[in-house]
Amino acid sequence: MTTRLDNRKVDELRKIKIELGVSKNAEGSCYLEWGKNIVIATVNGPKPVFPRHLADPQKAVVDYKYRMACFSVSERKSPVPGKRDKEISLVSGNALESAIMVEQFPNTLIDVNVLILSADAGTRVAALTAASLAAADAGLPMRGMISAVAAGRANEQLVLDLTKDEEDTADAVDMACAFLMPQKEIVLLQMDGFVKKEDCSKILENALIGAEKIYDIQKKALLEKYPLEGEIQL
Amino acid sequence: MSNDTLKIINAEKAKTYIAQKKREDGRDFLDHRPIDVKVNVINSADGSAWVKIGNTEIIAGIKFGISTPYPDSPNQGSMVFNLEVTNIASPDVETGPPSIEAMEFGRIADRVIRSAEFMDFDKLCVVPGEKVLTVFVDCYAINADGNLIDAAQFAALSAILNCKMPKLDENNNIIYKEYTDQLLPVNKKNLPLSFTFYKVDGQLLLDATDGEEYAANARFTLGICNDVVVAYHKGGDSGTFTIDEINTMMDIASSKYNEIKKKLL
Repeated sequence: MTTRLDNRKVDELRKIKIELGVSKNAEGSCYLEWGKNIVIATVNGPKPVFPRHLADPQKAVVDYKYRMACFSVSERKSPVPGKRDKEISLVSGNALESAIMVEQFPNTLIDVNVLILSADAGTRVAALTAASLAAADAGLPMRGMISAVAAGRANEQLVLDLTKDEEDTADAVDMACAFLMPQKEIVLLQMDGFVKKEDCSKILENALIGAEKIYDIQKKALLEKYPLEGEIQL
Repeated sequence: MSNDTLKIINAEKAKTYIAQKKREDGRDFLDHRPIDVKVNVINSADGSAWVKIGNTEIIAGIKFGISTPYPDSPNQGSMVFNLEVTNIASPDVETGPPSIEAMEFGRIADRVIRSAEFMDFDKLCVVPGEKVLTVFVDCYAINADGNLIDAAQFAALSAILNCKMPKLDENNNIIYKEYTDQLLPVNKKNLPLSFTFYKVDGQLLLDATDGEEYAANARFTLGICNDVVVAYHKGGDSGTFTIDEINTMMDIASSKYNEIKKKLL
């Protein structure tokens, strides 16, 4: 088996460092380093919705904002959110909503802000992973965690968690996946490329293996800040 | 607000039918409504198509522009894709800037075409590193009754397949209304098609109507090109899919590919 550009194994994730409660003003926050990606996510709410007509009488509205810092990529990115940022915000918001028990807070707003400070491929999955932790840190009741990871193909082999260098290889395919864990349900899935059907299924299976690892890391980070008392086991 | 009430009624109606393993218009869950494609319908556009899927109607038109290439692909032309869903298409759409959903729909249709290596962007280079042709594909929803993503993708594809190449003057500017005898270079073998599924109460539906879409809580779009997958996109509210469901949808879409391809070519 050939090695990868950064000498990782095909199913090896980049180094992940998580810190919870980094923002004093936010009700929940998370700082995440994922390889060369650096992400800060904050969660506030439930709080009143303005303008009022945006409120939903059935559930809380999750307003997810994915933003990239101007200096997070090689060529300066305009601070104005583009179509890509808006689309990612929409689908990620839907994904996170499936984990939060929004039906408990009708007519309210849950604000989620994610800022990408440094980008090296897989920012939307890093953002979701961080946002999910920030939501837990904010004490929102949740069905589970959103564990997100990118899987795909680079240099003729199926790999997990691609870097930018791997994404730039000729045959690269990048599939961003987010799972609601531990239910293993898919809440976000985006891919473009040229992939045989068998490979598609295999990449998806790899992504689930990756998401299980992310889920363990998330649980560990939460337990570090909020140690369990007594005999409770997760 | 009255339209919201109507929407809820239509959604409940759709759900009631689906609970009885039926659809309101008598189709099977995985059948398309009749697809009708007319090409070259707009005189002023370089290529155009009017696609009807049941009551859903979308017009796609193509215009060319000259632009400087992107720094990472100095010898390649480009494509700009836009989908407009205005008040014309449905009274539910509010006037104003495009809604975020319309933008998402346009981006999905765009991605399906772009990632299939269908367009031959190398042949759209005029002066390497300086001037390239940009293909502007603009889709307008005329009547919205569900499945706008696939309709926009079919319309754009049909317009691209029937698009004439513009003549250029000595300064490499476009001479409008004059065409070479060439068509826009495409790789017809790699014809990409999008298939959008909606999930209503656990049941997967293909080519959903407006009411069915409103009843659904999850959407999934696949781009298929022969037996190859070119795009995946999960969207539409906070519903979820399992890995098995994704694989099932992949198999259904690829088994439907040839049937739909015949209707567009």
